[in-house]
Amino acid sequence: MTPYIFWFLSVWALFSALMMVTSRNPVYSVLWLISTFFAISGHYILLNAQFLAVVNIIVYAGAIMVLFLFVIMLMNLNKETEPQKNRWLKLVGALAGGCLLLVLVAALKDAELKSQQAMVGAGSIGLIKVLGKELFTRYVVPFEISSLLFLSAMVGAAVIGKKEITHQNS
Amino acid sequence: MPINYYLFLSLALFTIGMVGVLTRRNAIIIFMCIELMLNAVNLLLVAFSKMHHLKNLALNASVGTDGQLFVFFIMVVAAAEVSVGLAIIVMMYRNIHSVDIQFLNRLKH
Repeated sequence: MTPYIFWFLSVWALFSALMMVTSRNPVYSVLWLISTFFAISGHYILLNAQFLAVVNIIVYAGAIMVLFLFVIMLMNLNKETEPQKNRWLKLVGALAGGCLLLVLVAALKDAELKSQQAMVGAGSIGLIKVLGKELFTRYVVPFEISSLLFLSAMVGAAVIGKKEITHQNS
Repeated sequence: MPINYYLFLSLALFTIGMVGVLTRRNAIIIFMCIELMLNAVNLLLVAFSKMHHLKNLALNASVGTDGQLFVFFIMVVAAAEVSVGLAIIVMMYRNIHSVDIQFLNRLKH
């Protein structure tokens, strides 16, 4: 059963990612990217990383993608205003990406870890209990620093996004 | 599942994101492709953590949690990055009324 779920989720993720890159309308791109994130969350559940699956859906599909949708709808982007590169640049870009994939696959297909297995559907390291204990003991300093990072990101976004009042007064 | 399959799936997703960055001109879609690349790396980290867990299960019952916590921190950094990046894109749109990166290549106007 597990290989079928793996192949289904993989095909789903790759198809959604391709549709995300190729669709003209930015709103459709966002929706395909959300579909990709759900497929990746399915992979996390398959690997029994349940905490990361839930966080992926809440943070990525729930918060970040809604932010993207807000910005796209704020700018009123649609098919007519979408800028297009010329065909040769697109072809060269796709060719360069294909070469990168080819080189990486060729380099890694005979790697030493070829015979290793990833534990699927078992193991308790992905559960909230284990990860939370680790996060608040060994990783408590990075955790607190990440809260500082959020604070600075919030202040930065507010400072960048606000209108220039001094410019209007002068 | 063999770790090879996860490796190749992540490489394919990463390459799709890379091709998107190279071929699109809309700054927001380029940003979304970067998110896709981050997610491909996250998937590979989780797969490797489970591989490591299976390999060293006898030594330590909680081996492999580091990889999953790294994924958590990558998500934290990505959320902060997206908020600041989108603020910058909105500000650029307010100045030049476009998100076409062709007009943004000089970083001044």
